[in-house]
Amino acid sequence: MKFKTFFWFVAPSVFMMLLFIAAPLISVFIQSFQVTQPVMQQVEVETCTPGFLTQTCTTEVKTVPTIDEETGKTITTTSWVGLQSYRNVLQMDKVWEAVSNGALRDILQIDFWRALRFTLVFTLLTLPLVIGVGLIIALAVNNATKAVRGPVIFISLLPFIITPVIGSLSIYWLFVGDGILTATLERWTGQDIAMFAQAWTIELLMYFYRVWHVAPFAFVIFYAGLQTVNMDTLESAIIDGANRFERLRYVIVPHLMPLIIFIALIHLMDCYRVFDEIIGFRSEAHVISLQWLTFNFLTPDDAGNRAISRAAASSMLTMIGIVILLILPLRRTWRDHKGGAH
Amino acid sequence: MSSKATAQPLSLKLASGAFLAFWCLIAAFPIVWIAVMSVKSPRDAFAASAWDVITGPATRAAGNGLSLIDIVLGLVFLFFAIRWAFTRLPGLVERFTPPGMIALGWLIGALVYGLLFVLIFFGVLPYVFGALNSILGPLGTPIIGLTTEHYVAVWGENQFYRNFMNSMIVTAGVVTVSLTVGTLAGYGLARSGSNLAFWLLIVALVFRALPHSVLVAGYLPWFINSAEILRPILGDLSPTLYGQPWAIIAVLVAINQPFTIWMLRSFFQNIPSELDEAARVDGCSHFQAFRRVIMPVMWPGVITTGLFSFLLGYNDFLVTALLLDAQNQTMVPAIAGYFNRETTTTDQVEAVAAAVSITAPLFLLVMVFQRQIVSGLTAGAVKG
Repeated sequence: MKFKTFFWFVAPSVFMMLLFIAAPLISVFIQSFQVTQPVMQQVEVETCTPGFLTQTCTTEVKTVPTIDEETGKTITTTSWVGLQSYRNVLQMDKVWEAVSNGALRDILQIDFWRALRFTLVFTLLTLPLVIGVGLIIALAVNNATKAVRGPVIFISLLPFIITPVIGSLSIYWLFVGDGILTATLERWTGQDIAMFAQAWTIELLMYFYRVWHVAPFAFVIFYAGLQTVNMDTLESAIIDGANRFERLRYVIVPHLMPLIIFIALIHLMDCYRVFDEIIGFRSEAHVISLQWLTFNFLTPDDAGNRAISRAAASSMLTMIGIVILLILPLRRTWRDHKGGAH
Repeated sequence: MSSKATAQPLSLKLASGAFLAFWCLIAAFPIVWIAVMSVKSPRDAFAASAWDVITGPATRAAGNGLSLIDIVLGLVFLFFAIRWAFTRLPGLVERFTPPGMIALGWLIGALVYGLLFVLIFFGVLPYVFGALNSILGPLGTPIIGLTTEHYVAVWGENQFYRNFMNSMIVTAGVVTVSLTVGTLAGYGLARSGSNLAFWLLIVALVFRALPHSVLVAGYLPWFINSAEILRPILGDLSPTLYGQPWAIIAVLVAINQPFTIWMLRSFFQNIPSELDEAARVDGCSHFQAFRRVIMPVMWPGVITTGLFSFLLGYNDFLVTALLLDAQNQTMVPAIAGYFNRETTTTDQVEAVAAAVSITAPLFLLVMVFQRQIVSGLTAGAVKG
């Protein structure tokens, strides 16, 4: 295909990606060094309250935002502040203070570090669980009779396809104060159980939710992979005296390896932006993630202001994380491409 | 597999079967349970014993319930309605649609069928059954508590249908635009072996990994002030992009583009390139070859990719919550509005009903398109 034809085929898609992905990235990068604030002015205000004989009047100087006479909007200025927004998000002074005091736990009081800790632990803990559970389901379905497979796949797809916020809500309602599973657990243990009162139980439920939500995806892919396992290799393994587990370990898993890497890559990307669980479980007070942090900066506060520059700084920091996560898989792809070209 | 060596001992078969049953229970339980909760009175929905939640004594005591007759007749109606959909509906659709418009015909057919079903099942049958129950006496007394009051409250009083319409607009827009743009790009990428195509795909992969909040942080200041920024170019017609459904569509299409082009590229690679080469030999340009030869055979891949675009648009919370205002809110962020109000148990059960309303279309989607979803998942994986 000539370059010109190729260009016209991909042009609309590339244009959309440039305008709505690349341009915002540059904009965020610039914003993270800027702060936009309303121009404040000091106004003398005289307030009078009715009193006996005469009014009591006090004059005070108030700081109010300047309002444009024509448009009725507040006038804002934008100034370069260097790394100030990053400092506000990272709060390194408090971190060093905590390190010098030897109280490393205090670092997790700061929103950004708390979010980073949760996001990383969440990503790395659920990864082996998803692959393991997905593989076990795939093997079990492969064992089952043909008539069962269709319905099982149908039921398995439900947790995968459900809206993430709704999925986590549905689990939230099972475990909420008077939810059915909390009530059952309380009856068994004879204790009062509040799943949403402390961070670690919420985190457990989040891990459970994520595995419940993503394992079907891994299952479907592994199941497809299992259909193409070479029967001859499997039979020769049997002749060589390999038992069931060894066959799984030395024949089936190596066959599925490319798929495992694919799922791991997708899972890393998706887990790193964990967000919907925080909304569904309403865990803002206990557990937060990096993406939620940016979301929170972007949500208008009570006065209607959005902390755009801090949001930009925290998103740039989030980006650095994703780049570090992706460097290894991307280098691999690059080597494969180079190798394939020769 | 039938050889003796691979035959499995009974214990292993039992264990794998038991595990499968256990997994199905876990997979379905939360979804089924909220569906059950949504049709009970608040006291039953949050009752401590599971049996009470299922049978709903308080709901029954309030006079809302299904009698034996209701259940039997309802199931019979359901059976015939579904059978009719599979035996007669295809014929009707084919008879009334002009040739070449069969996809549109199916869309309209399914919509009309769905509307009729809802009207009869929820509008007409309750009255008929009510009359029957009053005549039949003991057979007509309710045995299972069931009430639709929460759905009525959600869709009627809380005007959830507005959010539903917004969701439909956004989702339909996302699916059509991202497929149009994506098929062209996917085809171009599949047929070009150049380094540039490879780099485009790698960049798209990196874009796919971006957290959406990063992008939204980039949009927000521009979207809010877009009227003033665009004024020098567009004059007084310049719109404020914040809160506009079509701006959201553009944003979601762009976010979805990396995934779409990867997926469609792998589908197009499976279409033998001899097909379009033959068309080119016969004198077609690349675009003509695409339109006349590739388009007729590309629909399975396009439908599969469309399903995933649908899911992205339909399930999105973050982008729509931040970039749409309250009037144009879609369903998923709208449910967050219930959190703030959720003070009484009635509010909670209404939130459950809203959640089930959001899930129902997805359930139908899996039922109809199970095979396409599975093939889409595996196609993406095998090609990497």
